Amino acid sequence: MEKEDLSNIMRQHPFLAGLSFENMQTLIGCASNVRFTEGNQIIREGEVANTFYLVRTGRVALEIELPGRGHIRVQTVGPGEILGWSWLISPYRWHFSGVAVAETRAIALDGECLRGKCESDPQFGYEMLKRLAVVMEQRLDATQMQLLDMYGTAPAGVRA
Amino acid sequence: MRDETAHHEAALADPMLTHPVAIRRIVWENDDTFTLTLDTSGLNGGLTFLPGQFNMLYVFGVGESAISISSDPARSATLDHTIHRVGTVTTALAQLKRGDVIGIRGPYGSSWPVSAAEGKDVCIVSGGIGLAPLRPVIYSMVRQRQKYRRIIVLYGGRSPLDLLYRVELERWANESDVETLVTVDRGDSSWKGHIGVVTSLFNYIKLDARDTVAYVCGPEIMMKFSVDELERRGVPVEQVYVSMERNMKCAVGFCGHCQMGPTFICKDGPVYPLGRVRHLMDMKEL
Repeated sequence: MEKEDLSNIMRQHPFLAGLSFENMQTLIGCASNVRFTEGNQIIREGEVANTFYLVRTGRVALEIELPGRGHIRVQTVGPGEILGWSWLISPYRWHFSGVAVAETRAIALDGECLRGKCESDPQFGYEMLKRLAVVMEQRLDATQMQLLDMYGTAPAGVRA
Repeated sequence: MRDETAHHEAALADPMLTHPVAIRRIVWENDDTFTLTLDTSGLNGGLTFLPGQFNMLYVFGVGESAISISSDPARSATLDHTIHRVGTVTTALAQLKRGDVIGIRGPYGSSWPVSAAEGKDVCIVSGGIGLAPLRPVIYSMVRQRQKYRRIIVLYGGRSPLDLLYRVELERWANESDVETLVTVDRGDSSWKGHIGVVTSLFNYIKLDARDTVAYVCGPEIMMKFSVDELERRGVPVEQVYVSMERNMKCAVGFCGHCQMGPTFICKDGPVYPLGRVRHLMDMKEL
């Protein structure tokens, strides 16, 4: 795919909304267009995290393996969302596995390439970090809500 | 508004009078939630209600519980109540069978202002059993589908097995152009749908915020996060409605059991414009 086509596709992704032309040019050198069919394992828990995905269509389920209980699905990532930030954080290993549960198209960004550009261009690196921090905060809020098991029981005082 | 007042007055005509009604059908929605269909045809030909209202259901010798009506408001000869088995009365209700008789009084409380959404987009956000009091809203809107623009239903549950009304949700989506997004907090490999909290579903819809009316019902913490999300997306606070829950006893504002700050949920609620209770949702131990 031509770089110009890829750039147009990337601009439509909410994670990159409003990104400057210069930063987009920096990013595009690490990008490629990828497609996964249902059932494809995209990332595997414990393996080296060297890719960052911007999901365009489809759905990816994040799983953790619990000894004796198999794989538990804890979250899905869909269109307009991102998959994985372990490429940024040492020791660069996936904490989850990711499986496509529907045909999925995404932009894959090479993690090593991105880290290099973040190091050599701090303005670009800070821009990436700010955007990732927003996603991390949303995920943290969501995790807190999930941990509350709020649908499990009625609050005290409304049990009759 | 006139309808709402008339209904409220009808309930108040003899607010403490319980009527015997027979259970016509029992459907278990999941392990601890079931829907009772009550035969109300003997009560002057039926019991009319507005979406969002509740009845007091009485198990003789055990006690009463306030339960939202979950059926189609156009149908008054039978009424559905979807019940979460969590306490003494609801456990007793769960043990009844078809043909058994219970007591009913009501309907009580305020209703979802369905007409406020005419000509606008509708965003229904619900979690767990919070879908039950909103089901009559969906029935009403689907019946007059042309009066509304987009109808979006965002629904979250604990797991796929805990989801309510799955067949209906699918039917509304397929036959009545209702944009239905369902998510669960956790799933196994057989679940191909969304996993995550209900607010994560906002990422997949584009709201025309100024022209959207939102109805929110579920656990209070879920409603708090949901109204925050609606606010973040620009839906005006006066176009958001929530349904509050407290333990109700008398259902007519006498006993004070359901007092929340300056308001009695049984009488002034359970459905409120968000602006009226927003500050109360942030108060601890209220």
